[in-house]
Amino acid sequence: MIPLYVAQFGIVLAVFVALLLAAAVMVYSERKVAGLIQQRYGPYLVGPKGILQPFADVFKLIFKESLRPAAADTILFYAAPILSATAAFAAFAVVPFGAETTLFGLLKEPIRLQVADVNVAVLVVFAITSISIYGIVLAGWSSNSKYSLLGALRSASQMISYELSYGVSLASVLVVAGSLSLTEIVDAQQGTWLGFVPRWFVFLQPLGFVIFMIAGVAETNRSPFDFPEAEQELVAGYHTEYSSTPFMMFFLAEYINMVTTAAVATDLFLGGWHGPFLPESLGWIWFLIKTGAILFFYIWMRWTLPRLRYDQLMQFGWKVMLPLAALNLILTAAGVIYLGN
Amino acid sequence: MLLFLLFAAVAVGASLMVVLGRNPMHSVLLLIVSFAALAAIYVGLDAPFAAVVQIIIYAGAIMVLFLFVVMLLNAHTEDEGAAGPTPAGKPLVAGVAVAAALVLELAWALARTRGTSGRTGGGGADASVLQSVRELGGVLYRDYSLAFEVTSILILVAMVGAVVLARRES
Repeated sequence: MIPLYVAQFGIVLAVFVALLLAAAVMVYSERKVAGLIQQRYGPYLVGPKGILQPFADVFKLIFKESLRPAAADTILFYAAPILSATAAFAAFAVVPFGAETTLFGLLKEPIRLQVADVNVAVLVVFAITSISIYGIVLAGWSSNSKYSLLGALRSASQMISYELSYGVSLASVLVVAGSLSLTEIVDAQQGTWLGFVPRWFVFLQPLGFVIFMIAGVAETNRSPFDFPEAEQELVAGYHTEYSSTPFMMFFLAEYINMVTTAAVATDLFLGGWHGPFLPESLGWIWFLIKTGAILFFYIWMRWTLPRLRYDQLMQFGWKVMLPLAALNLILTAAGVIYLGN
Repeated sequence: MLLFLLFAAVAVGASLMVVLGRNPMHSVLLLIVSFAALAAIYVGLDAPFAAVVQIIIYAGAIMVLFLFVVMLLNAHTEDEGAAGPTPAGKPLVAGVAVAAALVLELAWALARTRGTSGRTGGGGADASVLQSVRELGGVLYRDYSLAFEVTSILILVAMVGAVVLARRES
């Protein structure tokens, strides 16, 4: 029998390592899928089928010289990537990824597959997302470079604009579930309608799901909303002046943020770890499959759609996304009141 | 208790550095640190909702706007003139008067709450009510609905006013 605190420490460690690995897998699949879409091979030299390419990239980056512009604000220049990476890891702490388990009978009491079960988990994710803006803004400002500053300004205004529709679409799920805890929201999606349609909130909130996904792409600064790092205009945006390990931390943060957004979308709309064929204790496999499917969708979108214009992005965010999200929330609230749950 | 002292020290220290610092950018960031420490104290008081809302609204939304203004004005350091020795004359008198008023107010507030069995901020809503978001919403929309709506209209008026003022210049 393993004591409870050892198991909990194990979960924390497992989540940390899994997120690092997930970032590596994402980098590899991003390049491989991009290759397939553009009729190239993608990475194929390092390891079988190029599978060790992300690790080669990491070692290459670590051994590079870390440059800093002479006029940069030293403290903030190095604090910015740390803030970005920390916020990315911290957001996943409240995301549940499996049902209660005894780890194949190793434990006396079952524990939740989640680092911290907070009863306002949804809001914690939202709060940490809003904090992660600072990493980007500080990077852009402290670099003392015009490209970085422009990238940071674009990023901040984009994230503020889309955070609103992100939050409002989230609120309509909270209204349906009647809870702020991600665990309770997932458990509310257990079972099926008519015996075969899973009771996932995506079927109750189709508009909310679409808005959440689009806002999620904008929040993670991915194409077609990748203005902060639009390479044709801004070199690389907020991380133009970064190299070596600090650059790697921004890179890591971006991919982990994608994983977190996909995991939160899975918990909120796709029923989390609930699914047919597998016992409850192996539900985390369903969770991985669903999260992976959303991540594949992100990659697919990035290599298929062209970038919008900046004014189009702002118009779309304020004049389409936000009114639709608000309408969805009002209709949902009315539906919950008049039809019951 | 130890955690409270730690976060209280961080909050007070960061706030002091906001006022005493010479770099406006650092001041803005230290203010965020101070807000984060306050949020941690809220968690210690069993009010996780208040803590998270503190981070989302103050640290996340309002301070980003502050940061924008400071960044776009490109105010690297305060003016050299203001960085001189302590101001003398009328500003000094006004500053001392305001400080004295604040200290008196704080002392009065502390002396008043001491009597009420250690529970601070004893208004209508006590800590157990604030724990539940549902009940917080109920209190806000039922008991204080008039104040809530009036505040909303006030903010809306301020927003419209800001837009009108910004348009007139161009």
